[in-house]
Amino acid sequence: MEGQLAHIGAGLAAIGSGAAAIGVGNVAGNYLAGALRNPSAAASQTATLFIGIAFAEALGIFSFLVALLLMFAV
Amino acid sequence: MATVTTEAAGEYGADAAASAPGMPQLNFDHWGNQIFWLLITLAVIYFVLSRIALPRIAAVLAERQGTITNDLAKAEELKRQAGEAEQAYDKALADARAEAQNIIAEAKAEIAAELKVATDKADAEIAARTAESEKAISEIRAGALDNVKEVARDTAEALVTALGGRADSAAIDAAVAERTKG
Amino acid sequence: MAVEAQGAEEGGLVFHPMDQFIVKPLFGGSEVGMFTITNVTLWMFLAVLAVVALMVLGTSRRAIIPSRTQSVGELAYGFVYKMVEDVAGKDALAFFPYIMTLFMFIVFANFLGLIPMSFTTTSHFAVTVVLALLVFVTVTVVGFVKNGSKFLGLFWVASAPLALRPVLAVIEVISYFVRPVSHSIRLAGNLMAGHAVIKVFAGFAAIAVVSPISVVAITAMYGLEILVSFIQAYVFTILTCVYLKDALHPSH
Repeated sequence: MEGQLAHIGAGLAAIGSGAAAIGVGNVAGNYLAGALRNPSAAASQTATLFIGIAFAEALGIFSFLVALLLMFAV
Repeated sequence: MATVTTEAAGEYGADAAASAPGMPQLNFDHWGNQIFWLLITLAVIYFVLSRIALPRIAAVLAERQGTITNDLAKAEELKRQAGEAEQAYDKALADARAEAQNIIAEAKAEIAAELKVATDKADAEIAARTAESEKAISEIRAGALDNVKEVARDTAEALVTALGGRADSAAIDAAVAERTKG
Repeated sequence: MAVEAQGAEEGGLVFHPMDQFIVKPLFGGSEVGMFTITNVTLWMFLAVLAVVALMVLGTSRRAIIPSRTQSVGELAYGFVYKMVEDVAGKDALAFFPYIMTLFMFIVFANFLGLIPMSFTTTSHFAVTVVLALLVFVTVTVVGFVKNGSKFLGLFWVASAPLALRPVLAVIEVISYFVRPVSHSIRLAGNLMAGHAVIKVFAGFAAIAVVSPISVVAITAMYGLEILVSFIQAYVFTILTCVYLKDALHPSH
């Protein structure tokens, strides 16, 4: 019973991956919108873009990690 | 898998055994091994990069930069030389042109002078000839007039004689002169 | 364990997404001691070999007009050099070999992990935690050595209203100490997730009807993983630069 509850928890934690996907899409989309408005400044902001994506994605990875921990380690 | 070795290790061991097949990342028994080899790996890479690779690449890049700068300087120098050569060429061309102009002007002046001399000579000759001709014509005219006077006098004397008179030569002369005047 | 058992009972489907991460001794036995030569050793050694091949053997001719390998090596050099210079500042160039080491190791470990049947060393928390802690300790030590007690100004946000500052200081301190955690989990988590997902798709290939979709999905994931491998190495390196900048110029 307890193990099955953990699996349900893992499934719930996987929602976080979708949320992170929204976050990453937000970052990339806004970057693209800004880059199209001012293409000359776009190249200088790619590093910021990747840092932003990495931060947003990291939270999704955390939820994935929680799911894995629930699946295998609890 | 690892259950055989860790079963007897108490609570922590049992925990590790349960997680070992699920998530190998959380099998802390293996961390020591990984960390050990990781540190060796990093040390080797750091040593290789900092002692050999990075100074070498930096040197290559600097050398390339130097070569490019040198080449650029050389190209600049060549460009300057080419510019100078072009200037010299232009100058020579301008000089040659000026000289040619000079020569042409000189030749023109010479020709004009010669022409003037020749024209003057020809004019003088023409004038002389004209004068000569006029003189000859006036002589001829004078000669012709004399002839006419003579003929007239002779004719008049003959006429007078034929008419039975005696020709007074002085009167005849005067009459002839009177008539031939107009 | 339970999943595998159930899967095996129900449809012959067998998922072992995490088996690829198991540390095994190379030369027999099951005991993994501190100095045992394991698959970790092998793939780390291959990463070292790849770094040496690219950065040392590739540049051995020191050609003014570079060969292909030398160009790639110079490209990697210029990429990291510019990153350190732009993000962390000129005075951070003293740490350039160190950051270059991190970048080269991570990028090659990631790419070697993409070879089928290989072992991804950077998908293990043991590895990434050590990498992140090395950065954390370096940054903290450098910060205190260069700036002394002024380094603590990093946590004291002078531009905020006075009443908010203690609260912000607590948040800043927490976020400072969470840095190595997120730094390490991001790298290992990304790689582990990608590889595990590929394995899950590979498990579906056992059903004949689904297998074409499965193969396409594996291909797509593989392409994404190539991107992720590089981007995670890039992100790890650039975050190191950002942290280093904080240590060198805490006022900013």
